[in-house]
Amino acid sequence: MMKRYAKYLPLMATVSLFMAMATFGSVSYNGFFSAQAFLNLLIDNAFLVIVAVGMTFVILTGGIDLSVGSVVALSTMVLAALVEKYHWSLWLAMPLVLLMGTSLGAFMGWLIQRFRLQPFIVTLAGMFLARGLCYLISIDSISITDEAYTTLAQMRITLWPDAAVSLSALLAVAVLLVAMYVAHATEFGRTVYAIGGSEQSAVLMGLPVARTTVLVYTFSGFCSALGGVVFTLYMLSGYGLHAVGLELDAIAAVVIGGTLLSGGVGYVAGTLFGVLTLGIIQSLIMFDGSLSSWWTRIVIGVLLFVFCVLQRVFEAGRKNS
Amino acid sequence: MSTARTTTTTWLQRVQSHALLWPLVTLSLILLVNASLNPGFWMLQWRDGHLYGSVIDILNRSAPLMLVSLGMTLVIATRGIDISVGAVVAISASVAALMIGGTLVINNGVATHVSRFPMPLAIVCALLVALFCGLWNGLLVAKIGLQPIIATLILMVAGRGIAQLATGGQIVTVYYAPYFYIGNGFLWGLPFALFIAAAVYLVMHLAVTRTALGLFIQAIGINPAAARLAGVRERLITVCVYAFCGLTAGVAGLIISSNVKSADGNNAGNLMELDAILAVTLGGTLLRGGRFNLAGSMVGALIIQTLTSTIYSIGVPPEINLVVKAAVVFVVMLLQSAEFRRAVHGWVMRPAVGGAA
Repeated sequence: MMKRYAKYLPLMATVSLFMAMATFGSVSYNGFFSAQAFLNLLIDNAFLVIVAVGMTFVILTGGIDLSVGSVVALSTMVLAALVEKYHWSLWLAMPLVLLMGTSLGAFMGWLIQRFRLQPFIVTLAGMFLARGLCYLISIDSISITDEAYTTLAQMRITLWPDAAVSLSALLAVAVLLVAMYVAHATEFGRTVYAIGGSEQSAVLMGLPVARTTVLVYTFSGFCSALGGVVFTLYMLSGYGLHAVGLELDAIAAVVIGGTLLSGGVGYVAGTLFGVLTLGIIQSLIMFDGSLSSWWTRIVIGVLLFVFCVLQRVFEAGRKNS
Repeated sequence: MSTARTTTTTWLQRVQSHALLWPLVTLSLILLVNASLNPGFWMLQWRDGHLYGSVIDILNRSAPLMLVSLGMTLVIATRGIDISVGAVVAISASVAALMIGGTLVINNGVATHVSRFPMPLAIVCALLVALFCGLWNGLLVAKIGLQPIIATLILMVAGRGIAQLATGGQIVTVYYAPYFYIGNGFLWGLPFALFIAAAVYLVMHLAVTRTALGLFIQAIGINPAAARLAGVRERLITVCVYAFCGLTAGVAGLIISSNVKSADGNNAGNLMELDAILAVTLGGTLLRGGRFNLAGSMVGALIIQTLTSTIYSIGVPPEINLVVKAAVVFVVMLLQSAEFRRAVHGWVMRPAVGGAA
């Protein structure tokens, strides 16, 4: 009986941590506990949810994608430049940006799969490339003043009295739901888990390993581009220095969400709680007021450390049993 | 006559198979481009008791990267990676700058510089902190068994926070002239920082060639389990390699903070880990471990610094640097891939076969 639930243990740890932090915040600070405050966590971190969902699939196969932050920045830059400088329609620019991110992801996935290159070095190069391309477009920030765009950004959907969500939050939830379905109910999802468990076994089982590996990075590229689109809705600007270090936040969210870095084990839903945990740390530090913002980095580092060590303990326990 | 031919072929073969050939060819190409674009590139002048010119400037600026790359070479040789070096550079720079601080005091009519703590103590403390950072990474990798990229990611995320915590989020300025010697001083007409890098290289070169250390590190890189079974103290060496990498990053932090006379917890050593990884791979060290080349990493660091200086001097926006570096990484890693070489071989051979048929 215990064993059956053991696989949910990391996920449970994350959910309890999130609950504990939320309780602590609600008890300590006035106005922390409200429906809107929690919805704001989702609104403020919508882009991170989307990016981290893509990262979850990559890490589930045992790989890593360091290019996500730069691809987000490049997407904001291209979108802002097309809409503001060249006065493209929003509905033309957005698909183009998504296509760009997806093809960059596919290219990196192809390099990793076809030439047996290490994922971290390929995506590191991708990170350089995307940031560099941002600066080729413009060194300065481009703010978006397009009317259609700002209405879209300011749109709020009221869920119930005094609690509303933005369009990007709904988009993030949609991506999450689709990803959960794909991960747990399709052949593609099962192949992803199989590759993470053992690539050789997956090949011997006749699973489409090569195609799936490329597709995983393609999906991560798509998620990064979509994250970039959502980020412009949030910031209303394109800038080469947007989302610096986002790749680390995304990896941290996935790890805290209970996905094993060695691949093969984890849940997409856990990633949502990983992101929310990171978000709540930020709100706690903000509500406290006396702590400086760089404490966020230190706390995230400590959490990453604790969860990595827990993972090792968990893995050792699995091997023994 | 036949003997003459054999000697020439062996000489040619030796050049062709020399590990430093491609790094040096790359460096020469960049230098040639520089010389053709900027006629005064090779001009050296003797000014204020030291050499002065573009080449000297590049050498001085590449010293920190050389140091970090040297440390990184050994880490990569053991199949690892250390992406926290940039953060360690920032931490070491902050500690040194904070401990020295420095004020100008007029004592009996003579202006003297007074540091908060004695400079040697500050330097030792900064290096100890850096060593500790490296040790932490090494323990996470060797004892807890985390993947190197994740183990060092933790310090990369938290390290900048720690550096900013130490400096209170401010840029700490140093007012203590003797400290500036490390990054700006000249010894025998050459930048002092270069001597530090050369000394570290020499020590490492002796350690890996005159002792079995080099062999052990290669063995760990090729197959850690086999190395352990063969009696190599794999974990101890891995911890030491990471600790040493932290130490070299610490020295680089001292040079950088001394050069700019301040420490910026946010920007010191920013993206340095990427430059160092690039320098190491350019120098012929295999990213999957097992084969490393210290001299190559020195040349790699020079290539990157020359490239950066070139881009600045020819007036292209410096931001294009990133695109160029990305292209270089893509090309180098493809060349290192056995699959790629096989594929290229296939592409080249196929038309020839088709033509014959």
